[in-house]
Amino acid sequence: MALASDVPKDSFRLSMLIYDTRYRSITIQVFVLLLVGLFLAWLLQNTAANLAARGKEFNFGFLWQRAGYDIGQQLIPYTNDSTHFRALLVGLLNTLAVAVLGCILATVLGVLVGVLRLSNNWLVSRLMTIYVEALRNVPLLLWILLTYVILSEATPQPRDFRITDEMAAAGEAPAASMILFDTVAVTNRGTNVPAPMFTRGLGMLDLGPLSINLTTLAFLIVLGGSIWAYRSLKASADATQEESGVRPTTWWQSLLIMVLPVSLLSAALGLHWEIPELKGFNFAGGILVAHSFTALLVALALYTSAFIAEIVRAGIQAISRGQSEAAFALGLRPGRTMNLVILPQALRVIIPPLISQYLNLTKNTSLGIAVSYLDLRGTLGGITLNQTGRELECMLLMMAIYLTISLIISAVMNFYNASVQLKAR
Amino acid sequence: MTEVFVRMQMLQPEPPPARESGLPKWLRENLFSGWLNSSLTVLGLLAVGWILYASLPWWLHSVWHASSLGECRKIIAETWGEGATGACWAVVRERWYQWIFGFYAPALWWRPILAFGLLFAALGPVLFAGQKKALSVILGAVLAYLVVTLWLASAPTVPVLLALALVAGLLVLAQVAPGKLIWVTLLYPFLCFWLLWGGSIWTPIGGLLGFIILVAVTIGLSRVIGPAVSAGIGLVVAVLWWLYLSGPVMGGLQSVLPLGIASVNSDQFGGFLLAITIGVTAIGCSLPMGILLALGRQSDMLIVKTLCVGFIEFIRGVPLITLLFTASLLLQYFLPPGTNFDIILRVIILVTLFAAAYLAEVIRGGLAALPRGQYEAADALGLDYWQAQRLIILPQALKISIPAIVSTFIGLFKDTTLVAFVGLMDPLKGITQIVRADINWKGIYWEPYIYVGAIFFLICFSMARYSMALERRLKTDHR
Repeated sequence: MALASDVPKDSFRLSMLIYDTRYRSITIQVFVLLLVGLFLAWLLQNTAANLAARGKEFNFGFLWQRAGYDIGQQLIPYTNDSTHFRALLVGLLNTLAVAVLGCILATVLGVLVGVLRLSNNWLVSRLMTIYVEALRNVPLLLWILLTYVILSEATPQPRDFRITDEMAAAGEAPAASMILFDTVAVTNRGTNVPAPMFTRGLGMLDLGPLSINLTTLAFLIVLGGSIWAYRSLKASADATQEESGVRPTTWWQSLLIMVLPVSLLSAALGLHWEIPELKGFNFAGGILVAHSFTALLVALALYTSAFIAEIVRAGIQAISRGQSEAAFALGLRPGRTMNLVILPQALRVIIPPLISQYLNLTKNTSLGIAVSYLDLRGTLGGITLNQTGRELECMLLMMAIYLTISLIISAVMNFYNASVQLKAR
Repeated sequence: MTEVFVRMQMLQPEPPPARESGLPKWLRENLFSGWLNSSLTVLGLLAVGWILYASLPWWLHSVWHASSLGECRKIIAETWGEGATGACWAVVRERWYQWIFGFYAPALWWRPILAFGLLFAALGPVLFAGQKKALSVILGAVLAYLVVTLWLASAPTVPVLLALALVAGLLVLAQVAPGKLIWVTLLYPFLCFWLLWGGSIWTPIGGLLGFIILVAVTIGLSRVIGPAVSAGIGLVVAVLWWLYLSGPVMGGLQSVLPLGIASVNSDQFGGFLLAITIGVTAIGCSLPMGILLALGRQSDMLIVKTLCVGFIEFIRGVPLITLLFTASLLLQYFLPPGTNFDIILRVIILVTLFAAAYLAEVIRGGLAALPRGQYEAADALGLDYWQAQRLIILPQALKISIPAIVSTFIGLFKDTTLVAFVGLMDPLKGITQIVRADINWKGIYWEPYIYVGAIFFLICFSMARYSMALERRLKTDHR
């Protein structure tokens, strides 16, 4: 009787590389690798030939040359005498500033809109649908350009804020006035906001190429300490609840922990606010926030919030009604139901797409080019590239930096995601 | 005599209390069910009221006939009094064609118009496969659209008659054999390319022949050495044809039999013509590429998988703008010295790669969502890899990922506006900037952006609605 063991053990033939499914995959992989290798070699050879033809070489030495251009918004000290590398850092920080603020704003707005869209209120849910559909079906570029144009063309000039003697005598109001209790002035040149000033500031710590603002550092340390204290307070409250079943009242302690240290530090350093004032033809004092920054931030936050709203809505809807009904049946109040039953489950659905929205927002900050916002693309991929003529180096470096940012964001968010996912036992 | 305490006749049923029926009930349940709900309603009403108060006069005071913004403002001030606000749609009325056609010569407008109409004739067989009624409706609408618009664009008689005859023929074909209409879809790209850029008719035929060679080699060899390898060989042969043979052969044919229409340069493209050209081409090319990348990422072959993951993650990790700048700045380094090809084509290639990486992730989600049993059942039936993918896996995986695929397409179409940064005239930044730079229209901003935004909204919103309808149509689960 012929059994499986009777299959002849045939020797390896060359044609088996193509016909035998056991070996075919190896053939294909070698073939693909060969093709890709050839393609890369072709690219490299072309690049070398092109560089030679243009008399250029491939090195990053230009990064240490004098940049020679000014950047409007600087989070670290920078003058036009600084190096291109310093300009790159300033641009990178500008990118990150918009990205971080945009993510926070978009999340807050998006969660609010997503929850309101599910509300039983007919009017509000319709309004939120309009908000979402209008924002996400129109290109982001339009929102950026429109916000920018409105800010810079429909806002008053600084001189419209002036009160002349005749106007004061006649009791007339000026053509424009400051908002938020006379602290913020929006003019066609930018938004003037109050600046925090310290009478007893800690100064700068100079570490060669890197200088650290000690005041900022002190605030960050105190804030970090407060958060740590808050978390340990919460942990001890949880432990008490586990033991006794009664949760101690902690809200005033947590409020105190969060507010008191920062206020004490502010008082110790002599914090006061410098309010912008009209002097001559322009506002002086305070911080001038460029419209390019505001427009980019507002447009990015609004646009992304529409997508986040849809994600939040889908996440909440993915939790079956039985879950909230069961929670009500157990006697949990609506707030506790949301916190203990719905949100932990909804977050598992919400977080993965939320990560990709954060990534999208970060990558979309490069649209700042439309309003001449000097972010990473504007400094390294814009002015530096044009001044030095090093397209290859600048573009590769820029792509590498964006790629790194993206990978870091996804790594951090995936770590967070892993901590909220269902633990399989 | 005994008192009867039992009612002897039935009473008419009472109507429910006023607040439990009709409008009051609806209002109470939907708008004023609690203090939170009521305050939300009030806030919502206030917001709507404020928006209407601020913008309604502006809409109502619209001016359509004027030659400059100053004139608009004068008309509004004269009609509605000093200080009144009003929209100046005259700018749209005067410059609408630039947003649609860019700098395409007005005498040749009939060509993009015709290409746009035929686009729907080509999309129909894909979007509404096998639905005779829907196909007939679409083709009928295309016919009507072409009759009206070609007449308005005063197109030359011969092409109009040819085009109308073509669409009428398709309409007949849709009644007889709707399945055959897919060939129209396959031939359309070449026709569209020729209509838009013009030139010799032999150029698109040369391109088409390359694809015919590719398909012929693949089918001819796949019996012998399997589909994957033969497709690879077919691709190499086709590329060789395009690079070295197509040009001379078709040039020769052109000199023997010169057939062609006036050629149009890429720098004359602009506005929605450009956005739709880039968007539709990239959408069409990125789907097959995305499917291949997704299959590669799910593959057991380590090298193929690593390459696909690397490609996908790289493209998804960098902003589209950097890729577009690569197209405009870096390709001159990567290609052999002296090569220079069309900027629109370069942009299309990069946008396609970009969309393909995103699609690959979306489709991978669909592939991962399929139960393992489907793969195992396909193996048990004795299907080979490509048969299993084609007949069992992909139809289900693609169906699951339809909503995400369409939202990727919508994103891609919106992203076509970014080509403005490499010097192309997109409707949003390129053309609007030009109009706003005109001395007559300096200082106008709401109207152009509303106009462009409305067109984008229309296109993107209808794509989203189509995907929802398709999802419902393909739904096979048990309810």
